[in-house]
Amino acid sequence: MEEPILKVEGIKKRYGKKEILRGTSLSIRRGELKILIGPSGAGKSTLLQCINFLVRPDAGRVWLEGKEIHHAQGRELHHYRQQVGMIFQDFNLFDHLTALRNVEIALVKVRRMSRNEAHDRAMAELERVGLGDHVQKYPAQLSGGQKQRVSIARALAMDPKVMLLDEPTSALDPELIGEVLAVIRDLGELGMTMLMATHQIAFAQALANEIVFMEDGLIVEAGPPEKIFGCAENERTREFCSKVMELYTDNR
Amino acid sequence: MPESLLAVLDALPYLLEGSFITLVVVLGAMGFGFCLAVPLAVAQVYGPRWLRPLVALYVWFFRGIPLLVFLFLFYFGLCTALDINLSAFTVAVVVLGLISAAYQSQIFRGAIMSLPEGQLKAARALGMSDAKAILFIILPQALRLSIPGWSNEYSIILKDSAVTYALGVAEIMARTHFVATRTYQHMPLYAAAGAIFLVLTWLGIRGLRYLEEKVRIPGYSHHEF
Repeated sequence: MEEPILKVEGIKKRYGKKEILRGTSLSIRRGELKILIGPSGAGKSTLLQCINFLVRPDAGRVWLEGKEIHHAQGRELHHYRQQVGMIFQDFNLFDHLTALRNVEIALVKVRRMSRNEAHDRAMAELERVGLGDHVQKYPAQLSGGQKQRVSIARALAMDPKVMLLDEPTSALDPELIGEVLAVIRDLGELGMTMLMATHQIAFAQALANEIVFMEDGLIVEAGPPEKIFGCAENERTREFCSKVMELYTDNR
Repeated sequence: MPESLLAVLDALPYLLEGSFITLVVVLGAMGFGFCLAVPLAVAQVYGPRWLRPLVALYVWFFRGIPLLVFLFLFYFGLCTALDINLSAFTVAVVVLGLISAAYQSQIFRGAIMSLPEGQLKAARALGMSDAKAILFIILPQALRLSIPGWSNEYSIILKDSAVTYALGVAEIMARTHFVATRTYQHMPLYAAAGAIFLVLTWLGIRGLRYLEEKVRIPGYSHHEF
């Protein structure tokens, strides 16, 4: 079997007395779309942020393309993070920069591209997500869906090997969810490797290669969508799925 | 023309020269204070754990001792003890700057802490070092937010600068005092000095207000009620 592009093993994280992650392991292969589901507080977001060390795990190991990230600090960490794109629930665009500058800045300051090169690349990415006409707008002048698409363009411009998406549509009005999911779907079709936490069950059902159900800091069950949504082995998985299916299937 | 008005008119060019010196002292102190305050604020928010209390100590020290005590301590005390020859003007700028740095650092610290945590996270997620994230993402936003606090600080230093007359800095207050003791026109002259300070305060606040408007991020409305 092909070596996983990203692998994490035994990730643990606690805040004070509360254990958020209790030794979580997973791996993802090139081109795969893996979707994390589970109730709030299950540790999905913490897991995603531990993967690129935005949150420091207390224990656990991380490999990218078979190479272990040993010293999660300094140059090695910055280099690793460039290869792992991150999309946040609340976009986190840089508020003082236009859409264009949001995409350019890391190209110039991190990848040391020239301004011209960075400009062309940023324009291309913004056009790809359908925002070619909005490049001079500031985040406060964009809708939520547009902001999230800028943040996707910003991540894509770094040529990531894998993308982590932390509930990318949870902060959006229902009518704006579709445009963001469409961009993510297109990325999947182009072969982007993605690990995504979401409550968009219909999306997960249609496109995920694998669904991972998390609860209380542990992966309870993982498998293809048909299995997880159809005949999950675990009682809690079935319970959760039937509840969210009821809620979400009619407002996709 | 009444004698009092004449005295003021006579002294006006001399006092206006003094206001130029006042402005240089104030701008010098604010500039020096700014250069110190930004690293202090960054150190207090993002610095290593051992450094943060040291910044707090600095702030406590320079906010806690009266300006006049510091001026005398530096000018008559330190400069003599260390046998260094600094002009009263230089000491005024340095002392006001050191004190202002303490206040300014807290303005910047508050602004930095009011930014959403996601700004730093997003910068880090793109592979930026913390230094780059602070320089290109955090500070440009924090400094914008600091302008209202900064205009407050300007008006305070402007008035504090009058105290430096005690060292013999030839600013507005020193010159007014000098003329008043010779002409005995205390009332009109000190009123004129006060008026000059009012104008300088107004000018500075207008200038900073203009700057605030100029660098405002489009789409962010003022809170207008």
